[in-house]
Amino acid sequence: MYLYDDIDQRLVEERVAQFRDQTRRFLEGKLSEDDFRQLRLRNGLYVQRYAPMLRIAIPYGLLSSRQLRKLADIARRYDRGYGHFSTRQNLQLNWPKLEDVPEILAELATVQMHAIQTSGNCVRNITTDHFAGVAKDEIVDSFVWCELIRQWSTFHPEFNYLPRKFKIAVNGALADRAATFVHDIGLHAVRNSAGEVGFRVIVGGGLGRTPVIGHVIREFLPWRHLLTYLDAILRVYNRYGRRDNIHKARIKILVKERGVDKFRDEVEAEWAHLEDGPATVTAQELRRIEARFTRPQYEKLADVSYADAMAPFAAWLKRNVHPHQRPGYAAVTVSLKKTGVPPGDVTSAQMERIAELADHYAFGELRVTHEQNLVFADVRQAELPGLWQELRKLGLATPNVGLLTNIISCPGGDFCALANAKSIPVAEAIQRRFDDLDYLHDIGELDLNISGCINACGHHHVGHIGILGVDKNGEEWYQVTIGGAQQGRIGRIIGPSFARADVPDVIERLVDTYLELRDSEAERFVDVVHRTGIEPFRTSVYGNLDQKPADRRRALAA
Amino acid sequence: MATLIRNRQIVAEPSPPELVVLQPADDPAALAARIAGRGTPIRAIAVNFPKLGDGRGYSIARLLRERYGYRGELRAVGEVARDQLHAMAQCGFDTFELRAGEDPQEALAAFGEIGEAYQASAAQPVPLFRRRAGK
Repeated sequence: MYLYDDIDQRLVEERVAQFRDQTRRFLEGKLSEDDFRQLRLRNGLYVQRYAPMLRIAIPYGLLSSRQLRKLADIARRYDRGYGHFSTRQNLQLNWPKLEDVPEILAELATVQMHAIQTSGNCVRNITTDHFAGVAKDEIVDSFVWCELIRQWSTFHPEFNYLPRKFKIAVNGALADRAATFVHDIGLHAVRNSAGEVGFRVIVGGGLGRTPVIGHVIREFLPWRHLLTYLDAILRVYNRYGRRDNIHKARIKILVKERGVDKFRDEVEAEWAHLEDGPATVTAQELRRIEARFTRPQYEKLADVSYADAMAPFAAWLKRNVHPHQRPGYAAVTVSLKKTGVPPGDVTSAQMERIAELADHYAFGELRVTHEQNLVFADVRQAELPGLWQELRKLGLATPNVGLLTNIISCPGGDFCALANAKSIPVAEAIQRRFDDLDYLHDIGELDLNISGCINACGHHHVGHIGILGVDKNGEEWYQVTIGGAQQGRIGRIIGPSFARADVPDVIERLVDTYLELRDSEAERFVDVVHRTGIEPFRTSVYGNLDQKPADRRRALAA
Repeated sequence: MATLIRNRQIVAEPSPPELVVLQPADDPAALAARIAGRGTPIRAIAVNFPKLGDGRGYSIARLLRERYGYRGELRAVGEVARDQLHAMAQCGFDTFELRAGEDPQEALAAFGEIGEAYQASAAQPVPLFRRRAGK
């Protein structure tokens, strides 16, 4: 954890007092609905379908057991005893009362947490690889850079009223586990031939209505220039990003309309004025931030072999346990994807038990992943059997990480005012269809993502299979894409959309087609789609539609 | 007569006739020569905020102050509300023409709500991390 110093702490406390006063003025009628909206959004508060929704920031997904206990306590006292971990590595409460929110924020501040800039047209929570600091292929510990950027973005006076929301992801390892190509800015740490650290700067990616893969505008930005370069990009966007149409306001549209080369030239021209200015990052500041991060005191251990482990422990080891930099240690995914539980939902009681387990097994820290699971990053391999037993009791050991039932899903029409369709019941129906674990493991790696509307909070475009809820004349329909990938590929639509009841059948046909087509178990679903294209899949799903009149009508209606 | 907040004090005065007004889409570079002393001198610049959520004026202010070295009055006009004053001041505005319905006395409190800033800005050119280093 990054531990606040006095200044960091004072800032969140002042923010609480400020928002308390703003809420008071709103409730007294001194602040209009519209004006208050701008202010509450920047404190994570939406007004949703049934109640307000409060999005609590979990900067770069890193959380201490103490903080998790506080979240459990808040969810119990101010909500209905559970929270929802989102794909942005945040925690959402779906039922708080508006007048309680200042108090909730005050509670959060006591454990160095907040809801600052978790919504609104400003720089949002910075996301990163959930294996930061422990991954074997690490180049830099991305947490340090995320914290640097968090501070830079917090209450940035110039960039608090951007044309649209702005999402930054940082990846510090060789493999991109932060989806840097589908963010407004993606930063991917690299080393040059001299061994110096810098960042590949990717701009203009994003999902939503217009999915776009980001463009590299700089292959190597020396690390000390990171903040001035961000200032330059944001200034160009703030000044020239479209404000006439909310659907064309993201930076990806500006990059597209300008052309990447012209956009890059503008950023470079702006940066020429800022380069080597006072915002240039110092080695001293990096050391300061690094020193404020608590790190485990690793012991000298040897690796433990579980080669002869029996199922189901073996299945869990295979799917939910991940390699670690240090011998004798492993990272463990705590699965929040048990069938029948909305993806990412955790009860207060579970949070408290997870906090205890984190204290006992994982140095009191955990991470929230963009796949809506939790990770214990530093577990002694010798303690894996014990941890597995404990997680099993809590229903948090489903061995499905990377598999089809590890579904990423937004809250959907059950909660969200924006959604066209429900997503959680669809996730559950698919999980029920594929509940045979042996079969699931045989299918192998398959990312399935569901979004209840075009805003794409479930990141359906980058799912190997993506499902998007669409509205057709007031009815809920589901469009299916295949071939997307988190590493920067947008899935293709297979054809007309389906009724909710048909979605599990469609997924099953896609999977069957894959199993028939694959060369070997090593060829994943998404690899087959990329090799064969979508035609064989399309044919297997729609090919015999005309045999059933009801299906034909459905296809025509879509 | 307009009621203004200038340098954190409430003043009432008529609008100056030689006010140069910039709209959000205007390029402050167009004033660079005059700011540098070539051409008609500038007495005061106003930047218009047509909507509360239109943040272009913040960039314009910083450019005027930090890039073009403008030292004269920089006035925020339009949708200028109490809760935006602090960020506007950080970006270099020193004068605020509050929109109708704002209580200038209450608005003064906005400046003191958040006491520190992480970033470099027109009002504080040295970012917090460089100042922290000295402590």
